[in-house]
Amino acid sequence: MSNYEAVIGLEVHVELKTHTKLFCGCSTEFGKEPNTQVCPVCLGLPGSTGVLNKKVVELAVKAGLVLNCKIGTYTWFDRKNYYYPDLPKGFQISQVFRPIAYKGYLDIDINGQNKRINITRAHIEEDPGKLIHSGGSIMTSHYSYVDYNRSGMPLIEIVSEPEIHSGEEAGAYLEKLKANLEYAGVSDVKMEQGSLRCDANVSVRPVGTTALGTKTEIKNMNSFRAVQRAIEYEVERQIEVLEDGDRVIQETRGWDENRGITLSMRNKENPDYRCFIEHELPPIELTPEWIADVKGTIPELPDARRKRLVEEHGLPDYDAGVITSSLALAEFFDAALKKYPDAKTISNWIMGELLRLLNARNMELSEAKITPDGLAALLELIEKGSISNKMGKEVFEVMFEEGKDPGQIVKEKGLSQISDEGQLSRIIDEVIAKNPKSVADFQSGKKQAVGFLVGQVMKATKGQANPGVVNAMLREKLAQ
Amino acid sequence: MQLHTLSVHQLSELMERKELSSEELTRAYLDQISQVEDEIRAFVTVTEDIALAQARAVDGKRARGQELSPLAGIPVAVSDNICTEGVKTTCASAMLDNFIPPYDAAVAVRLKRADAVLMGKCNMDEFGMGASTETSAFFCTKNPFDPAAVPGGASGGAAVAVAAGEAAFTLGSDTGGDIRQPAAFCGVIGLKPTYGFVSRTGLISCASSLDQIGPFTRDMTDLALILNTICGHDAADSTSVSENVPDFKKSLVNDIKGLRIGLPKEFFGTGTDPRVAAKVQEAVCKLEELGAICEEVAMPHTEYALPAHYIISSAEASSNLARYDGVRYGLRVEAEDVLSMFRKTRSQGFGAEVKRRIMLGTHALSTGNYNDYYVKALKVRTLVKQDFARAFEKFDCLLTPASLATAFKTGEKAGDSLAMYQSSACTTPVNLVGVPALSLPFGLVDGLPVGLQVIARHFEEGTLLRVGYTLEQNTDQTRPKPGLFL
Ligand SMILES: [Zn+2]
Repeated sequence: MSNYEAVIGLEVHVELKTHTKLFCGCSTEFGKEPNTQVCPVCLGLPGSTGVLNKKVVELAVKAGLVLNCKIGTYTWFDRKNYYYPDLPKGFQISQVFRPIAYKGYLDIDINGQNKRINITRAHIEEDPGKLIHSGGSIMTSHYSYVDYNRSGMPLIEIVSEPEIHSGEEAGAYLEKLKANLEYAGVSDVKMEQGSLRCDANVSVRPVGTTALGTKTEIKNMNSFRAVQRAIEYEVERQIEVLEDGDRVIQETRGWDENRGITLSMRNKENPDYRCFIEHELPPIELTPEWIADVKGTIPELPDARRKRLVEEHGLPDYDAGVITSSLALAEFFDAALKKYPDAKTISNWIMGELLRLLNARNMELSEAKITPDGLAALLELIEKGSISNKMGKEVFEVMFEEGKDPGQIVKEKGLSQISDEGQLSRIIDEVIAKNPKSVADFQSGKKQAVGFLVGQVMKATKGQANPGVVNAMLREKLAQ
Repeated sequence: MQLHTLSVHQLSELMERKELSSEELTRAYLDQISQVEDEIRAFVTVTEDIALAQARAVDGKRARGQELSPLAGIPVAVSDNICTEGVKTTCASAMLDNFIPPYDAAVAVRLKRADAVLMGKCNMDEFGMGASTETSAFFCTKNPFDPAAVPGGASGGAAVAVAAGEAAFTLGSDTGGDIRQPAAFCGVIGLKPTYGFVSRTGLISCASSLDQIGPFTRDMTDLALILNTICGHDAADSTSVSENVPDFKKSLVNDIKGLRIGLPKEFFGTGTDPRVAAKVQEAVCKLEELGAICEEVAMPHTEYALPAHYIISSAEASSNLARYDGVRYGLRVEAEDVLSMFRKTRSQGFGAEVKRRIMLGTHALSTGNYNDYYVKALKVRTLVKQDFARAFEKFDCLLTPASLATAFKTGEKAGDSLAMYQSSACTTPVNLVGVPALSLPFGLVDGLPVGLQVIARHFEEGTLLRVGYTLEQNTDQTRPKPGLFL
C-alpha cells in the first residue's frame, strides 16, 4: 500500500447566489414545485434568446479572487454539445476556451503543515435541469421526470490541479474552498441542497514515479465526508487492481454511500462535445478598475480572521481555525465577544458544547436557537457564581433547543446555585459532624480528604451548592 | 382597383383618405390568396380570422381618429421561422408541425404595434436550409413568373406572397442570401439589414452568427417604411445593437451623383450567366449615366467565402437544431428507451437537407476536424471581412448580381447539393461580414427576373435606399410583373 501514491484532482460545481438565473429572469429559489420557475429561455424553446445576468459575472470574479486566481479581462462563452433530456438546448453554455478565472490556489493545513493546492481554472456555466427516474437509471426506467427549475442556474466550475494525495487533503481543500466562497458571499455552498457538488478524478502511481496512472472519475458524493471516504475507497481499489496485475479502466464510477464502495456507471461515457464559441452572447470584457472595485467588496477571509483571533484575542491556532472554518461560527464568536469579553471562554463553549450539539443533531448553526447574546448572558451567570459550570451546560442545551433567556431557564428549572454562606454553613456543619473519619484524615495531613467532604455537601444540596465556595468554607472550618 | 399590386404607402394613403377600409383591403388579399394559393402555395398557414379581427380593430381606431402608423391595416405575412404567439410556427419541418409558440418574435410585436394585419405564415426551406424552398417538409412553392421554376429560398414563400399579391409586404430571414436570392428570382425587392439591426428574438435559429430578419417589398418607399418599423435595439437579444435608427424615408433621394460604386470582379466570374451579366452591365451604365462613379474592385477571397459559409452555418446549425429531441415540444417518436427516442424522433422529424447540414456541421466541429474545418473557416471569414473593409475604404457601396442566374427549374438541382449551394455564391459573403445588402429587380431575361445586389457598409442601409430609389425613379426595370397571377 505504501508503495503507491494517490493523485487526485477535484472538479467542484458551485451555484452562485443570485436572485435570477444566468440568462433569464427566472427565480433561483430552492425547493419550489417542479417546472414553476421556467421560461422560454431556460426551456430552450425555439427562437428564445438569453441575456447574461451581470450579477453572475460579479460573483464569478469574486469567487476567482478568493481562490487567488487571475481574472480574464476578455473571455467569452462556448457551447458544449451533448444530448440528455435534462439539457433543453442540446448544448450547455460554458466557458471552455477562456475561463473567467485561472491559475489560482488554496493553502491547506495538513497536520500543522501548510500545503498549496493549485487551481487550474474557475469558469461560468449553466446548470442543466434535474432528472427523477422511475427506475434505477435513465436507460432502465419506464419513464423519467424532468424538472427544469434548475435549468439555467448560474454555476462556477472550479478545477484543481491533480495535486491532492489523500482523502484527508481533499477534505481540507473542500473545507477551505467552501469557507472562502461562503465568506465572499458568492454561494450558499450547501452540499445537501446541491449548491456545491464535487467530482473527483482519482489515479494511483508507484511512489517515486511522475507519470500519471489511469484515472477514474468519481461522482454522486453528497458530503465532504463522502468525498473523503469515496477517495479512500477508490485509491485502495485501484491499488488492489494493480497489485493483482490488472489495469485500471478509465471510467466514471458512482459512490454508493450505503455500501461504502464505488461502482462503474457504464452509460456515462464522455461524448465528443464539439465545443465552439457561443455566437448568441457577446464576449465578457472587464476593466482592471472594475475588477479592483469587486475586490474592494470582499470581506476579511478565513485565514486573515483566524490570524486575528490568535493575535488579538490570544486563541490557540487550532480553536481559531475551527471557529473561522464557517462564517456563521465566526460571526457568532465575534458577536458573543462583544457582550462577554473573554475570548478563550467563549471559544471553549463554541468548540465544546455548541459544536458537540450541532454534530450530534446534524444541524446547521442557523437552525440552532441559541444566540451569541444568550451565550454571553449564560457565561455571566456562571462567572457570578449564580450557577455552576455543569449547570451551565444543562442550561446551554435548553437554549440551543428553545432559545430562551438563560436567567429564565435557571429560574424555571430551579437551578440557581447556593452561594449564600449562611445557608451553606449549616449544611457544611452537618457534613463535618457526620464524617469524623474524613475530618480526622484531613487534619492528619491527607488534604485530598476535602474532596470527599465537598462531594457530600454537593450531594446534600442536590448539586446546587457553589463548589468553589464550599471548598473554601470547608477548609476554613477544618482549619479551626 | 388592383389592390394587390399597389405598394404599402399607396394603400396607406387610400385608407387615410377613407377611400378604402382595412377590412376591404384584407378581404381583397384573402380573395387573392384563395384564388392563387392552390397553385402557387406560398403559405403554410393562412390566418384569416386573425387578419379580419385585426383589420376591424384598425378600422375602429381610424374611425375614432387615432393616429396610426403607415403600416396600419396593411396585409403582411412572415416566414414560418418567425414565432407568432398562438399561431403554429413550423420552420416548414415535420419536427415542428405541431409547435405553437407561447410568444411573439420581437418583429411580430413591432408589426402588431404598427397595426399591420397578419395574413399568415410563409413556406420556406426546412429550417432555412436550401435555396429553392424545395426542402420544405410540406410542399414546394412555385415561382409566379414560371410555375415550373423555383421561387428561390430559403424564404421563398415570403418572396412569392409579395410577387403574387397575397401580402403587401413580408418578412423573411437571410442566413446566406435567403431573402436576396428569392427576391431576385421573384422580381421583388429584398433587403438583408446589418447583422444586429433587427432583433433575432423569436426567429428560430439556423446559424446564429449569420441569421438576420429582413423585408420583401414592391418598392423602395415601402422598404424605408418597414425598416423604420423593424430596426432598433432589443434588450432581450444579446446580438442586437444599440445603434440609432435614422428615419430611412430621408434616404429616399433621387440623386446618386458622385456616389462611388465598386464592381467586385470576382462576382462576375465564369459561373455567371452571361445574360444576367449583361443586365447588370446595363444597370451599371444607367448608374453612371445618373452620375455614379463605377469602378472594378478586387475582392480576392471571394471564392473561399462560400465553402467557409457552409462550414460555419452548418456547424452552428448542427448545435442550434440539437434541441429538437422529442422531450419538450414538437415531434416525438416513442421508443423503448430515451436514446432510441432521440434517434427515431430526429430521423423522422428532419428532412434530407437538414440531416446533411447537421452531419456536415457535426463533422466540422468534431475532435480532429475542428482546426482543419471550423477554425479555418473562421480565418477565411476574417479575410473576407478584410476584403470588404478595404473595398469600403474606396467605395460607398458595391454592386453585384444577386444571383448568378435566373430562377432554375423545380427539381433541376435537387440531386446536386453543390450546384444548389453554388447558387448562393453572390450572397453568402455578405452574411459572413454582417453588412447590409439590397436585392433589386432589374428587368427580365427570357421572362424571368434578374436581381441586382447592392452592398453597403455596416448600418448604411441609407445608401442602399438612395441607390435603389434613384434607379426606381429613372428606369422601368425595377417592378417586373408576373403576368400569371396579377
Ligand atoms: Zn427562465
